[in-house]
Amino acid sequence: MWEALAFLLQVQIPGAPEHRVADIFKPLASPAASELNMAKLTLAITGAIFVVVGALIVYTMWRYRRKPGEREFEEPPQVYGSNQIELAWTVLPVLIVFVLIGVSARIIRGVENASPPPAPNVTLHVTLIGHQWWWEVRYPAFGVVTANEIHVPVTHGSNYVTYFRLESADVIHSLWVPQLAGKTDLIPNRENSTWIDPPQPGIYLGNCAEYCGTQHANMLLRVVAQEPADFQRWAANEARPAVNDPSARSGRALFESLSCINCHAVRGTRAQANFGPDLTHLMTRQTLGAGVLANTPENLRNWINDPQRYKPGCLMPAMKLTDQELNQIVAYLETLK
Amino acid sequence: MATTIDYPLPKPAASPAEFSFSQALWKWVATVDHKRLGILYIATALIFFLISGLMALTMRWQLIFPLNHLVEPDTYDRLFTMHGTTMVFFVGMPIVAGLSNYLIPLMIGARDMAFPRLNAFGYWIFLFGACLLYFSYIGGSGLQGVGSAPDVGWFAYAPLTARAFSRGASTDYWALGILVSGIGSLATAINVIATCICLRCPGMTLSRMPMFVWVMLVDAWLILVALPPLSAAQIMLLLDRHLGANFFNTQMGGSAVLWQHLFWIFGHPEVYILIFPAFATLSEVIPVFSRKPLFGKPAMAGAIVAIGFISLGVWAHHMFAIGMTAWANTFFAAASMLVGIPTGIKIFNWTATMYGGKIRFSVPMLFCCAFLLQFLLAGLTGIMLGVAPFDWQLHDSYFVVAHFHYTLVGGFVFGFFAAFYYWFPKVTGKMMDETLGKWHFWLMVIGFNLTFLPQHFLGFLGMPRRIYTYWPGRGWEFWNLISTVGASIQFFAILFFLVNIIKSSISGEPAGDDPWDAWTLEWATPSPPPEYNFEKLPVVRSGRPLWDLKHPQDPDWKYQ
Amino acid sequence: MAGIELVPIPAEEMEQEWKLPDRGTVGVIFFIVMESVIFLVFVMAYLIYIGKSLTGPYPKDVLHTPIAATICLWSSSLTVALAEKALEKERLGLFKLWWIATICLGLEFLTATGLEWKELIYEDHLTIATNLFGTTFYSLVGLHASHVCVGMLFLLIVLGVTLLGFPIQTQLRRVKFLSWYWHFVDAVWVVVFTVVYVVGK
Repeated sequence: MWEALAFLLQVQIPGAPEHRVADIFKPLASPAASELNMAKLTLAITGAIFVVVGALIVYTMWRYRRKPGEREFEEPPQVYGSNQIELAWTVLPVLIVFVLIGVSARIIRGVENASPPPAPNVTLHVTLIGHQWWWEVRYPAFGVVTANEIHVPVTHGSNYVTYFRLESADVIHSLWVPQLAGKTDLIPNRENSTWIDPPQPGIYLGNCAEYCGTQHANMLLRVVAQEPADFQRWAANEARPAVNDPSARSGRALFESLSCINCHAVRGTRAQANFGPDLTHLMTRQTLGAGVLANTPENLRNWINDPQRYKPGCLMPAMKLTDQELNQIVAYLETLK
Repeated sequence: MATTIDYPLPKPAASPAEFSFSQALWKWVATVDHKRLGILYIATALIFFLISGLMALTMRWQLIFPLNHLVEPDTYDRLFTMHGTTMVFFVGMPIVAGLSNYLIPLMIGARDMAFPRLNAFGYWIFLFGACLLYFSYIGGSGLQGVGSAPDVGWFAYAPLTARAFSRGASTDYWALGILVSGIGSLATAINVIATCICLRCPGMTLSRMPMFVWVMLVDAWLILVALPPLSAAQIMLLLDRHLGANFFNTQMGGSAVLWQHLFWIFGHPEVYILIFPAFATLSEVIPVFSRKPLFGKPAMAGAIVAIGFISLGVWAHHMFAIGMTAWANTFFAAASMLVGIPTGIKIFNWTATMYGGKIRFSVPMLFCCAFLLQFLLAGLTGIMLGVAPFDWQLHDSYFVVAHFHYTLVGGFVFGFFAAFYYWFPKVTGKMMDETLGKWHFWLMVIGFNLTFLPQHFLGFLGMPRRIYTYWPGRGWEFWNLISTVGASIQFFAILFFLVNIIKSSISGEPAGDDPWDAWTLEWATPSPPPEYNFEKLPVVRSGRPLWDLKHPQDPDWKYQ
Repeated sequence: MAGIELVPIPAEEMEQEWKLPDRGTVGVIFFIVMESVIFLVFVMAYLIYIGKSLTGPYPKDVLHTPIAATICLWSSSLTVALAEKALEKERLGLFKLWWIATICLGLEFLTATGLEWKELIYEDHLTIATNLFGTTFYSLVGLHASHVCVGMLFLLIVLGVTLLGFPIQTQLRRVKFLSWYWHFVDAVWVVVFTVVYVVGK
């Protein structure tokens, strides 16, 4: 416990995003906002019911308690029931429920059937594929593949709504970035979709919200909303093949000769596999291991040396490299901006 | 005249001191007496309650601080799986069976259940299934190939349970343990239905049956129709895992969502199955301690029957996030809100029963009062979850954990405690200690609410379920800390309960036949009742036969 | 209140005779309800997965409608009813005749099913693991066939004890329950047959 406290003092959330307290009462996109409207109405109605009925219950308990001095054998009037009262307190809840049903129906339709504007150059399509325990992020229009961080343009009016296609490579996961939208599951062999329209720039933290195995807790997600110009710059960089820095040539050669390439892809090199996250522009990401470590050289070194230490159970084995090999690999990966 | 079963009176039993230990043990192992089986069920449930409670306490201590290392991630996953599975199937279901078995024949004036040997079979196969699940701790292996007990969550979604993702046998133990145990539950269900329909004493029409029996009858109906889908799904899972079938195999076109549908077609009625004993208990305890009959008994019976049917059609409110069509989401949201109405009616009727009465706040009544407020809150958070757009934020977060613990602990467990304190004198012939009981009660109220009220806020702040740890700086530290403190207080509450049981069993005050001045037939027998229950099968003229006898000038049947 | 004497109301005062249903009847009826739910789930799974197999063999290629077996099974419902009637009248010879007929018809059904499966597995290479059709076919038909087997076992037990001299007419009630179970199994076949060989093909 004490080591947890000590750890606490030094460790902050890697890449501390601004919106890390994901309060659903502070929505920052339309789906979350309309869900909050529904929430407020529901809370108001149920809150009122709780206060009224609760008060009645408490009052009844207090008022009709057996008072000291009352004779044990005196029984109160034996009332069996009342049809009028039964009717009253059946009809009233039915009416309340119908109101809630009506409003729900409208909002459900609004969120689910919102189709993005048809023109592709004002809608961003992102394919999100869930893996145990990381997020594969694809931008089909730009030929970009990355992992664990989704960059989206900020929505202006009805331009630049981001539309997600959700799939899974293994088990069921769930996308949840509370301030942007409610949850939608990523289910294998089923295509789901959702959408967001963040109006302001910022970094939003989300979690996988469907238990998917040992490291479900550490399958974190960042949504980075940027001004359209910034987004374009980022996308253009991501679309380029990997940087080929001559000073890291030995590192690259070593990387390509090890089993790293059996799982990872670095576009423009021999590494073409997609079991693990795409590393082409690893250095543009804030974290490693889907949110477990901040993306620093020291952490990268420790991660490659023994991922099981930081994310026990994850599907990357400890590479058992010598110190020198480790230095070379890290030096190479550090060039993948 | 009557077609009630009339068993020949057995020879007078020898006094307990005359039995050797092995004879006494045999009497328990070979019994078909509904009372002994009832006691066996409840005792087994209590043991599993303690084991599972300690699991919960461990989980809470793991979550007390961010990035805590009390248990490993896969241990945590096994803890929440076993905690949920145990509490639902090996604490909740045996309490349903135990209370039904012990009380129904006594309340309807019968000598035993309709099928005594089936009853015994039901208990032992339930116990076998439970042992099979717990054997996995030494026999199975989980997601990582290390460890043993299942770690797929108590609802075991496909394809996490497929061979590919759940290597080793732990998921098989999960499926088999519950499948086998479920046979026992189904046997009990058939037994209860046949007993209630066929063995009522002369004069006890269905409308004169005690409310407790009504509720447990509908409960048996729900078990009968809701448990088979789970059994079928588990057979499908086992076929998938061992014969290569493709029910949930997404690679061959199977559907992961099919498992969810089948599970929740069972799972939602299951939560009503679990809460019904508490409803039943309240309908007996509140009238007796308010000194008035149950308000609106026909409406209460109608409400419970309504719940028994509507609850079969709301299951997909557990699946709002899977991407169903807007029409489907709306339908299930609407149905889920509608099923809250008969439940609300019950709360109103219980309150109206207390209104105008002279309430005695003995320990059973205290637990009922806490139930009313806690279940009210639980029902309302349930409405919030039924409203699909709100659920899209709350689903699979700690808000859901808070909601179902308010219904299951604040509702079911508190109701069970009320039943325990109320009927302990009948079962053992001794009163429980009121002071220890009040300590138990107040520590439970404080501990329980401190544990689970903050979890609503954790849900609002975005904390998902089933995570073994969390990062600091997300706003979750404070409420997790409070929640763990509350859980620890509950630990002490249960200690008081255990001490009370032991102390009262040894040296409790003699209870007599009818310590609470109650009105149903079980209070007309000695405490504890003899093996044959009633020397002469009673004949009744109203729903409160003992009231009629105690108030010959003013009997119930004059007004009904 | 110790030793309370329950004052019984004399029988003459009761408005009507107190007659409740027989517990065995109620037990068997609700047992059948429960079994129906299990079958319903497998039937739903079959219906949902019709046409969804990614690879063959497909139903229309390999399924041959089992007319003979079906007629045998449905006739066995008739023979078991006749056996029951004979037992009511205590005509043991006739009872044995119809009972043996039922068993033979049931055996024919099981044999036909077995042969059909042999052909499907060895010649058409359809197993429970092959595709969705295989999975749902074998599980649904297999569930039904296993119920027929259990029924057959009890039919044989009854035949056995009768042939050994046990006075089976004293167990008319239980024989009746068994015949209800048999009717239930036949009724399920109506559904399974329709779903698998008519709708699914």
